[in-house]
Amino acid sequence: MTDLNINGKTLSTDYDDDTPLLWVIRDSLRMTGTKFGCGAGLCGACTVHLDGQPIRSCSTPLSAAAGKKISTIEAVHESKAGEAIQKAWQDLDVVQCGYCQSGQIMSATALLTSNPAPTDEEIDNAMNGNICRCATYVRIRAAIHQAAKALA
Amino acid sequence: MNNLHNVSRRGFLKAGLGLTIAVMIPGCAKSPDSETAAVDTIIENGVLFEPNAFVRIGADNTVTVIAKHLEMGQGTYTGLATLIAEELDADWAQVKVEGAPGDAKRFNNLAWGPYQGTGGSSAIANSYEQMRNAGATARAMLVQAAATAWNVPASEITVKAGVLSHASGKQANFGEFAEAASALTVPATVTLKDPKDFTLIGKVAHRKDSKAKTNGSAIFTQDIQLDNMLVAVVAHPPTFGATVKSFNDKDAKAVKGVVNVVKLPSGVAVLASNYWTAKKGRDALKIEWDESKAFKKSSDEIVAEYKALVTKPGKVARKDGDALGALAKSKNFISNEYVFPFLAHAAMEPMNCVVQFKDGACEVWNGNQLHSIDQFALSAVFGLKPEDVKINTVFAGGSFGRRGNPQSDYIVEAANIVKAANTQDPIKLVWSREDDMHAGQYRPMYVHKISATLNAAGFPEAWHHTIVGQSIAKGTAFEGQMVKDGVDATSVEGASNLPYQIANLQVDLHTTNDTVGVPIQWWRSVGSTHTGYATEVFIDQLATIAKQDPIAYRLAMLKDKPIHAGALRLAADKANAMPVKNGVKQGRGVAVHESFSTTVAQIVDITIDAENNLTVDRVVCAVDCGIAVNPDVIKAQMEGSIGYALAAALTGEITLKDGVVEQGNFDRYPVLRIAEMPAIDVYIVPSAEKPTGVGEPGVPPFAPALANAIFAATGKHIIRLPIGDQLSA
Repeated sequence: MTDLNINGKTLSTDYDDDTPLLWVIRDSLRMTGTKFGCGAGLCGACTVHLDGQPIRSCSTPLSAAAGKKISTIEAVHESKAGEAIQKAWQDLDVVQCGYCQSGQIMSATALLTSNPAPTDEEIDNAMNGNICRCATYVRIRAAIHQAAKALA
Repeated sequence: MNNLHNVSRRGFLKAGLGLTIAVMIPGCAKSPDSETAAVDTIIENGVLFEPNAFVRIGADNTVTVIAKHLEMGQGTYTGLATLIAEELDADWAQVKVEGAPGDAKRFNNLAWGPYQGTGGSSAIANSYEQMRNAGATARAMLVQAAATAWNVPASEITVKAGVLSHASGKQANFGEFAEAASALTVPATVTLKDPKDFTLIGKVAHRKDSKAKTNGSAIFTQDIQLDNMLVAVVAHPPTFGATVKSFNDKDAKAVKGVVNVVKLPSGVAVLASNYWTAKKGRDALKIEWDESKAFKKSSDEIVAEYKALVTKPGKVARKDGDALGALAKSKNFISNEYVFPFLAHAAMEPMNCVVQFKDGACEVWNGNQLHSIDQFALSAVFGLKPEDVKINTVFAGGSFGRRGNPQSDYIVEAANIVKAANTQDPIKLVWSREDDMHAGQYRPMYVHKISATLNAAGFPEAWHHTIVGQSIAKGTAFEGQMVKDGVDATSVEGASNLPYQIANLQVDLHTTNDTVGVPIQWWRSVGSTHTGYATEVFIDQLATIAKQDPIAYRLAMLKDKPIHAGALRLAADKANAMPVKNGVKQGRGVAVHESFSTTVAQIVDITIDAENNLTVDRVVCAVDCGIAVNPDVIKAQMEGSIGYALAAALTGEITLKDGVVEQGNFDRYPVLRIAEMPAIDVYIVPSAEKPTGVGEPGVPPFAPALANAIFAATGKHIIRLPIGDQLSA
């Protein structure tokens, strides 16, 4: 059994150490907000925070996450930046199919946490690992700016 | 019955309580069977009042809209709810939406006759009056219930934002009269609002799925978890048409947690309690494939075959005057060929499906576009009647046409696993990204040739357009409706209805299904993905030869096409002069195209730097889709369509090498990322016409407008997509 600190709680899994964190979160812990998109760290749909840093859980083994603080979309509203991002996303109706948006929101929250007033270019750099096939990018940029303003 | 771990447990209202009313909705093919409707009625929020299949009102004052169309991102849950809430005069905040189950008797697409499904940008167009009637019916019954209780004439009761009021000071919300309304007779006819009185249609109504999709609670097929559910991962053959010759599952079964390995018509499936274990098992399989009947050609060979065909006229799709005769007589004609690749949909959610076959009943959890087709396909697997296949519709993580497969490919695969495993437990088939991208079902490859002669004024006197490629509808349930005299309408749409006035015009088609064995399918905007490009790039080339402004040139040929002309003028009016930049090449391109009865014009501004890096700076988009039900959803669809089309134009290409697909993930099939997204300004042409769709029509004009901008900047014609590194060549 491996203990994980996830969203402030300790949860146990019997999955093997080499299992990607994504599948532990989804299949073992049954938290399905974090999504499977590519399995290769190319699309960002599986983004979670590990000790506050955005990481691709599909390419992070369970062994690398044990003992660290994991935060997922289900608890993103608990941080000020996450709450502001979520609200801006809803105000601007960013989502379309929504499948990538957990990952987008986790990346955007990490960006605002480290950089409270990002420029367009800084947004593009921070968010370029998160694919949205519905191409909601215009609104993602606008929502990050709006959340930044709300936090200022 | 299973416990759904993450879908709210639904209780079922027993038949015979007398609370459910059968209603004939005008325009609906059949009235719902009252008993069926009652059995299917879900008591969530204390539902009491269900005047028709599309709306339920609970004692808790919740209005639940049952959306007959799949929500795959296009905003249809919001659109359908807007139509009902408008006529019901509901408060937008009290409205919830849930997906309708598979039941064509109640939820058929009125544009498709008796079949249930979502596609062809038809959701709002076919539902416009049906949903408004559903809302107006519920409203009339609530008003009547209040009138009776208050002992006042119904005509004196007003309804606003979910509140029933009378001048005497009496007020109530819908929930208070839900039970009383449920006892009333459904009115045979209701009066719909005059559009000038709309309070939601054409205004701001926030998306109904925003909250669930921003807090991780939205449920997609991938997220379904049921008691005793197994996950299946399948090893598919390396080439299309190959089959399993033999396999050794010793190592796969040795993987801790693998519970079963079964052979399928489409490969070998490994079953485990979770994805990662099933995948490890799948990767440990040793399979020998029989490729004796496999398709083994390479993309270049297909292009060469198509190029040989495109020089000869095919089966005629449209013939006005004598284009071939006029071209034969002309000494001075212009001609171009265009090559289009296979394209993958690459929705963010790879294909997947949950199927259970228990005690002789089949139940499915999926975000699927074609309920009736899928029910038919599943019924064949299990030997049931199609209507006895229960489909629970959940959100689709994108689709772009992919989840509307005419063969129900991934759904049938899931059913075949259940059958082969001979289990009563539910099975979730999960495809990896690579499984998804290798599975075919692509936008077909096409080669086009257009030839034209110009008159003394510089306008085309004759136009001959030949298209070569696979037919999507041939061999499917759609063939009868879509293929006429050997011409698949979806192969030539956008070309055969060329809007420009040309006296001698011929459009013809070579269908190549007999020589190309790649599985193909509709891809967002279908035929117009290629016809829009060829026609609008060629028109621009003619304008250049005629030394005319591309917009004025088009307008001169659109005198009897006011919608096209209107969209084009609006885009032109809104596109200010390009800001001048130093040290780069700049270009502006335009295109206008009608698909699914919606017309979109786009003006694209680009820069190309000294290293030939292309940047799309800005797109001005004008759309005429009739009455704009949800203007912000329409804008979002135009934005998203432009991004989708830009990805395809820049890098979208599935290639075959000896029959093997060379792309498997987003490294070799790049899609658009945020840094490449242009600024986009969307303008909606004011209209009093009935609404038409917006999920697809924003796609077709983008790539030709981009190519025309590239020509304006560089003098280079892009005659093969994707653009790739052609600007450096």
